[in-house]
Amino acid sequence: MAVNSVHWFRKCLRLHDNPALQEAVNAAHTLRCVYILDPWFAGAANVGINRWRFLGEALEDLDNSLKKFNSRLFVIRGQPTDVFPRLFKEWKVTRLTFEYDPEPYGKERDGAIIKMAQEFGVETVVRNSHTLYNLDRIIEMNNNSPPLTFKRFQTIVSRLELPRRPLPVITQQQMEKCCTKISENHEQLYSIPSLEELGFRTERLPPAVWRGGESEALDRLNKHLDKKVWVANLEHSRINTCSLYASPTGLSPYLRFGCLSCRVLYYNLRELYMKLRKHSSPPPSLFGQLLWREFFYTAATNNPNFDRMEGNPICVQIPWDQNPEALAKWAEGRTGFPWIDAIMTQLRQEGWIHHLARHAVACFLTRGDLWISWESGMKVFEELLLDADWSVNAGSWMWLSCSAFFQQFFHCYCPVGFGRRTDPSGDYIRRYVPILKDYPNRYIYEPWNAPESVQKAANCVVGVDYPKPMINHAEGSRLNIERMKQVYQQLSHYRGLSKSQLLSLSVETPTGGALTEAAGCSILPDSSTLCPTTSAAVTSTSASVNADPLKPPSPCSSSSSPCGTTSPPSTSAQTLTKRKGPAHKIRRSMRQRGHQGAEERREDEEDKGREERMEDDDDENEESMEQDATGEMSGHRQ
Amino acid sequence: MKRVRLVNEEDGGGGNSGGSKKTLKRPFKERRDEDLEEESASWECLPQEIMLHIFQYLPLLDRAYASQQEVTHVRDQREIHSDYLEIAVCRGWNQAFHLPELWRCFEFELNQPASSYLKATHPDLIKQIIKRHSNHLQYVSFKVDSSRESAEAACDILSQLVNCSLKTLGLISTARPSFMEVPKSHFISALTVVFVNSKSLSSLKIDDTPVDDPSLKVLVANNSDTLKLLKMSSCPHVSPAGILCVADQCHGLRELALNYHLLSDELLIALSSEKHVHLEHLRIDVVSENPGQQFHTIKKSSWDAMVRHSPKFNLVMYFFLYEDEFGPFFRDEIPVTHLYFGRSVSKDVLGRVGLTCPRLVELVVCANGLRPLDEELIRIAQRCTQLSAIGLGECEVSCSAFVEFVRMCGDRLTQLSIMEEVLVPDHRYGLDDIHWEVSKHLGRVWFPDMMPTW
Repeated sequence: MAVNSVHWFRKCLRLHDNPALQEAVNAAHTLRCVYILDPWFAGAANVGINRWRFLGEALEDLDNSLKKFNSRLFVIRGQPTDVFPRLFKEWKVTRLTFEYDPEPYGKERDGAIIKMAQEFGVETVVRNSHTLYNLDRIIEMNNNSPPLTFKRFQTIVSRLELPRRPLPVITQQQMEKCCTKISENHEQLYSIPSLEELGFRTERLPPAVWRGGESEALDRLNKHLDKKVWVANLEHSRINTCSLYASPTGLSPYLRFGCLSCRVLYYNLRELYMKLRKHSSPPPSLFGQLLWREFFYTAATNNPNFDRMEGNPICVQIPWDQNPEALAKWAEGRTGFPWIDAIMTQLRQEGWIHHLARHAVACFLTRGDLWISWESGMKVFEELLLDADWSVNAGSWMWLSCSAFFQQFFHCYCPVGFGRRTDPSGDYIRRYVPILKDYPNRYIYEPWNAPESVQKAANCVVGVDYPKPMINHAEGSRLNIERMKQVYQQLSHYRGLSKSQLLSLSVETPTGGALTEAAGCSILPDSSTLCPTTSAAVTSTSASVNADPLKPPSPCSSSSSPCGTTSPPSTSAQTLTKRKGPAHKIRRSMRQRGHQGAEERREDEEDKGREERMEDDDDENEESMEQDATGEMSGHRQ
Repeated sequence: MKRVRLVNEEDGGGGNSGGSKKTLKRPFKERRDEDLEEESASWECLPQEIMLHIFQYLPLLDRAYASQQEVTHVRDQREIHSDYLEIAVCRGWNQAFHLPELWRCFEFELNQPASSYLKATHPDLIKQIIKRHSNHLQYVSFKVDSSRESAEAACDILSQLVNCSLKTLGLISTARPSFMEVPKSHFISALTVVFVNSKSLSSLKIDDTPVDDPSLKVLVANNSDTLKLLKMSSCPHVSPAGILCVADQCHGLRELALNYHLLSDELLIALSSEKHVHLEHLRIDVVSENPGQQFHTIKKSSWDAMVRHSPKFNLVMYFFLYEDEFGPFFRDEIPVTHLYFGRSVSKDVLGRVGLTCPRLVELVVCANGLRPLDEELIRIAQRCTQLSAIGLGECEVSCSAFVEFVRMCGDRLTQLSIMEEVLVPDHRYGLDDIHWEVSKHLGRVWFPDMMPTW
């Protein structure tokens, strides 16, 4: 019987290292490569013009490559569930292949398609190639829950064998065997939609800074590796003015769309390192970016609520403000802080910003200044950022807003100082906020502080030609640090204080106070701090009804209480830390639903995380030695 | 899940003993009768003491749901979760719900659905509390979101607490400081209701509110013997004289938080008078309202008096200043224990910190200029022998200097939070081996903090 393959491109828009495509050509008689999109839905989706353009270019590049093999790319308009039954019949399909999508939405969609294919008697072959590792394996290694700290993740990964080696590019020979006749009206039926067809206006659209496609990606990979050799610092590059601009060696959008295989990048880096460093084993930091991506993918793969706060078990519930006006100012680069506005303008115009620039604007929007939910920021990035993966985007936002992954929050990026450190001359600002181009270096990061004469001389008066700063950063960050503390104190109250995780908490230690007052049931503005001695004193005096100084005033601890108190509802951190008795269970079982439930789950995970890290610490030393050895070995095995 | 099961069990027990005509929920119908009887007997026989014990573990809303027939009929039926609607409760439970012991602590959450993600305390519950339990309230806090309406609602509730005597009161803005938007007179009159009626107010947290000098006078007049804690950072309507009056009269004050502009030599002298108990915590926020602001100085002798009087007191200072505003600070020895620099701080100032802060326990530097902080850190390690925690954000330190710093401090550094970007590799240490060195000196495994490079 004839094998008629259809390979479904989604991400993984490439012919190199494409395991699912290899499966499609394997002993097939015909092969059609399809890409499915719904132009109507596309227009409505939260995806900006730069991302569509990048996708279009990537598809064009694929089509061109396929043309060389006398094949074409079939772009089908519609929804997969509607499209496939038609294609299965029309093309007498017997095999459907595609890349494994580890994201919850994708898994659900693919599940439905696989089921449908089964009904049509079509064999489906799914291969993992978007991530380095099998994510389920990482989760399994971590006692069936995704690691929630990057360190833990690195430890798990170091125990795994090296990622699968990339496969070679599809060859002429392979393609000849399944050569499929292309119909005359292919262009009419299956062409790549133009931006106009997707509903975008293209007049005065500047040329793309990032050109999509596999050819471009491979080109950049070579430059990327050359540059690494050139700067002779493989692992870490410090940020400077140049890092802020789109670089011809940047790869992240190509990894996002799968124009470049992450495994190809991984092995190229590895081999380069070993060549330059005389066969010493590469440190994990060499793969920093790739591993971060992997980390967020792992955290998200089984969490359909990963991109929101509510119902997301790993996300700290923070009482963000809703302020559409402020959000719009941020998103459109009208905050009045040139550094922030320049970054947001670059993002909108070009679709990419440096990761520290991401930190700067994300911190400004959320915990640093505006106190607006990370979800709003994530949506703006989703629209504008070429490399915005669902998992990585949401994960990064949670990270930067200190909503998950046990982030320190003592430090907020200053919207003036941070930029100035990176680019003292302000050239970056002059480029993206040209109205400020004539400001002297001294004031370019804070034009509102320039004397009026300077403002006039620069032809840009603050408040007239350029907005005034929308917030007083000193005051805003002071408030927000307090807000953050409130949130985390509430959490730490639940899980017992972990000293090592929140430096700012310990800074607050002496003034204490807020520790218990933030905590649901016992509100005691004056009690408790980290240090038992002082807290005891303060608590006992303030809540004079208390027999036991360490206990917050609970109905039960009063001497007049009918039940004479044995175990109070212990809100004080000291007693909570490691209690696992029945009372503990009851208390847990009785906690409020809703967001507190989420916290509770988090607490459990966190506890686990902590314990795990402790373990880590113990075997860490042997660990990394071991890793080198085993790394080498498994490398050879492959 | 556990919580749900527990409520269902109440359901089963309550249903039988209360003689309710409401049908039991399906899972219970399926059970055998003897199970039910056994269970109901055990729930019915619970002594009130035990019930109280259980109740205090329950979040308040659950308590209300679980036992309140009144709540059931006051509340809009649609609001009530269907699970709870079917609960019929025995009289004992209802009585237990109203035990005064359960109403000593209460946290009012006031949020506008349009501007906050948080749930709010139901208005009917608030009415119930004011009506039946306001005289039981002792430890009260209000959490409000960023809207003025929420803050006003909090003031309205405060105004109605005429027959209660609070021991603690906290006004907490969870987002923007919304109490500042309430008309001052409204806020003050609400707050003074509490001051006048509470005869033993011991702690008061009113950061970011329009509290003023006259209202503090009322506080002092009524609660001077009992006040132990006062947190009022960023209260622009209070003057140095206003806070001085509090310090003069309230001899039991142990914890105080305020902004630097309220700090004076007189205040420190008052706090270290013989009549005054030992101060435990003093938190000072140093915030610049406008660039180039001039800050006054505090005499070394005043600080010395403080330390003599309260040798163990913690002095926590948060700085949110521009670099050029640090002129008056760290010129003389200062007994600060916890230092937080929220904005960029110069090498020069950090150098002075090493010289003038012998009691320093914790240091957080969020940002610094472009030059590495090597000598400054080493000096701090030398001079600040109590230092046990340090956090560095956007700074630069050479790896060698950092290792040296850690070596000098050794394992007394219990918290060491350094962003990876802070450490500049040099000829001796690269980033990949620094964690070994540092871990060695700390006696535990340590890594720098990392940020996603994505």
